[in-house]
Amino acid sequence: MNDFSELRKEVSSWINANWDPSLDLITWRKKLADSGWGAPDWPKEDFGMGLSPEESSIIEEEFSKKGVIGAAQSGVRLLAAVTILEHGTREQKDRYLKPILTGEENWCQLFSEPGSGSDLAGATTRADLIGDEWIINGQKVWNTSAHHADFGLLVARTNWDVPKHEGISYFIIDMRQKEVEVRQLRQMNGHASFNEVFFTDARVSRENILGTEGRGWQVAMTTLAYERRSFDRARRVSSDMAGDASIYREYEMELEKANEPYKWYPQRAGRGDLVLETAIETGAIENAAIRQEIARFHVLNESAKWTAARAKAAQKAGQPQGPEGSLGKLAASRVAQSAARVHTSIMGNGALLTGEGSLKDGILAEVLVSTPAISIAGGTDEIQKNIIAERVLGLPKEPRFDSGPFRDVQKNADKSST
Amino acid sequence: MEYLFTKEQTQFRESLQNFFRKHSPTSEVRRLMETQLGFDREVWKNACGSLGLSGIAIPEEYGGSGFGPVELSIVCEEMGRSLYCSPFLGSVICAGSAINLSSANKETKEQYLSRIASGEIIAALAVTENKPMWGDENFVTAATPIDKNTFQLTGEKNFVISANAADVILVITNLEERATLFAVERDAEGLDISDLSVMDPTRKMSACSFDKTLAKCVGSIDLETLCSHVLIYLSNEMIGGAQQLLDSAIDYTKLRFQFGRSIASFQAIKHRLAELLLELELAKSACYQAAQALSDNEKIKERSSLAKSAANEAFLKAGLECIQLHGGIGFTWENDTHLWFKRAKSSEVLLGNSAINYERLLLAIPTVDSVLRRAS
Ligand SMILES: Cc1cc2nc3c(=O)[nH]c(=O)nc-3n(C[C@H](O)[C@H](O)[C@H](O)COP(=O)(O)OP(=O)(O)OC[C@H]3O[C@@H](n4cnc5c(N)ncnc54)[C@H](O)[C@@H]3O)c2cc1C
Repeated sequence: MNDFSELRKEVSSWINANWDPSLDLITWRKKLADSGWGAPDWPKEDFGMGLSPEESSIIEEEFSKKGVIGAAQSGVRLLAAVTILEHGTREQKDRYLKPILTGEENWCQLFSEPGSGSDLAGATTRADLIGDEWIINGQKVWNTSAHHADFGLLVARTNWDVPKHEGISYFIIDMRQKEVEVRQLRQMNGHASFNEVFFTDARVSRENILGTEGRGWQVAMTTLAYERRSFDRARRVSSDMAGDASIYREYEMELEKANEPYKWYPQRAGRGDLVLETAIETGAIENAAIRQEIARFHVLNESAKWTAARAKAAQKAGQPQGPEGSLGKLAASRVAQSAARVHTSIMGNGALLTGEGSLKDGILAEVLVSTPAISIAGGTDEIQKNIIAERVLGLPKEPRFDSGPFRDVQKNADKSST
Repeated sequence: MEYLFTKEQTQFRESLQNFFRKHSPTSEVRRLMETQLGFDREVWKNACGSLGLSGIAIPEEYGGSGFGPVELSIVCEEMGRSLYCSPFLGSVICAGSAINLSSANKETKEQYLSRIASGEIIAALAVTENKPMWGDENFVTAATPIDKNTFQLTGEKNFVISANAADVILVITNLEERATLFAVERDAEGLDISDLSVMDPTRKMSACSFDKTLAKCVGSIDLETLCSHVLIYLSNEMIGGAQQLLDSAIDYTKLRFQFGRSIASFQAIKHRLAELLLELELAKSACYQAAQALSDNEKIKERSSLAKSAANEAFLKAGLECIQLHGGIGFTWENDTHLWFKRAKSSEVLLGNSAINYERLLLAIPTVDSVLRRAS
């Protein structure tokens, strides 16, 4: 087995020669991006080193061992990066990738619309090429961190006379123009991390189409595939790196701001880590019926972790993905829902309360009102099951009613006429 | 392996699949399950000899091939998938593990294990009197000393797997309050073996009674550890069966047309199969990790019950779903689904259903155990 000792040595010596905590955060990250060590699994010509995911994780390990701050990772930026890496032009890569790594620019995903969520290809936000600009009109919804974003990944319709998948295009839109209006939406858990976004003659310059006109669906698939694979990527809410230099405080502040919309995400995943602990603290563990629920949850939770580890190991080893690779998101949603159930049993009457004064400083109450999100965001459970059934199990597709020109496809039922 | 099977392990699995495809088609399973013996001696000899299956987990020093628990689990999984009828679980897994884990000296272990490994003898393990879990038994079978190593056993043991074919019955009962392993030869006086009418005819079981039957003392044994070992192999066998049921449901629903379309194109069916795949892959992870725990000798009690409860739920669900998705034909004797369904039921009951294993796995977590001790 390769223990990557050569690679470790190489990283170490680069760090020794270059890491300088007296730099400010952006200056350091620019240096990092130019060196390729900030995104080692990206191609050499695009701020990376062309290494494998496994080698890349070794490098990440070495960085964190030595307390070295890495490239920015928070939020939607990596979705943007993988999509641009795969479909972007040379100019787009040169313009956008580096500020993604340095953390100077933030991104959001503008896919869902009031009339099309699961059915992403049914988007009706329109993009019309007028002169040298795409003019955008329409509305998006549930767009996480759009209120912080400098740029958006936008799916919009450019042709209404062809079948729906062939008439959409993918754009990079500047969110800092007055023709784009972002309104925060309050969620059932009280947080406001997603938004409505309105476009009224908003502009995208001609060269900021990603991929070609009418090929937006293929581009969106890249974004979604990455999103579904990385849904459980730990989102660090605070940094675990400590140091006196001011670069660490800058880093801390950046993380806090970038992660603000995600601070409830650990609760959304169910906080299975708190189950046993709370059961012991509350004495619920002494109740044999509750123990059964706890154990059942424990079996699910551990099995899901190992299943994710199997998928990851296969991916690292470069093996073709087995069924375990497609199940992660569905498994995570089952884990979250089961966690909410078992927490409720353990909490007893405590589950009637919410807020800081309730059990575990309100974290458990937040679990109960946040877990429903995980089976919706990033593709619902039902959509995941369709995908698993068709792509993994090879079952036939259902008959469809939307294969003609998009103009003729039936849209939301009009209540007044039914 | 940690999380992936090695190339050698995958090749090994493929060679097993070939063997069982050839020697254990369902026509053979159906023929053998109607016989008193329940398996084919020629094929078993072949499996022990050329494939070396019976020697797989047995250390090299005792004539086995000394592969690890992971390889042995692969064997179990593939046997479960093909429903291969043999004394493997009873002789190699149960009896073999008991000898291996006992306090017996090297010579005694060698004497039994080398013959089990070569397939020369079939052994059976008699533990159960009353309870599903071995560790919960209050044994009443009495062991009376005759001389230093020889005892007389009197009592009854139930649900002894493959006792009908056994040359030697290994009996566990208490000796001076310690669980102890005794060996009874098939022709010993006072031994009576009567075959049970079991629901799963692919796994024969018998009741054994002992009336002042001569037995050799093999050594003492830790029942919980033995139980964990057998649970892990049994669970791996179960996920093989569950995989077979899922495959069969997929094949059938694709071919069956109703309302002018393949029933597999109905979302109600697609979603159920996707759910079943999830359940099965989760259970596989639990079972593979349990095998890994055996090789690392770590947390085996917790992992064994975790694997068993996951395998219970997946196998049973696969059985029920597979029948349901076949419709009427799924309820017939002629359709093969019930063979695996019955194996799922017998496996579920052996060494504890999920409820029992849930409790056992929680008590294997030290913090939980200590809190409950303090409370009681
Ligand atoms: C916390 C959170 C964050 C989000 N962040 C973003 C973001 O950053 N950017 C963004 O663009 N969007 C975001 N979304 C939106 C999300 O992607 C959509 O809500 C989701 O794809 C579902 O679409 P919908 O809400 O329109 O529901 P619908 O598609 O209308 O679905 C309603 C119900 O019908 C079911 N259904 C729909 N189609 C089928 C089918 N073919 N078969 C079976 N059942 C079906 C669904 O599963 C669901 O149960 C976010 C959502 C949440 C909850």
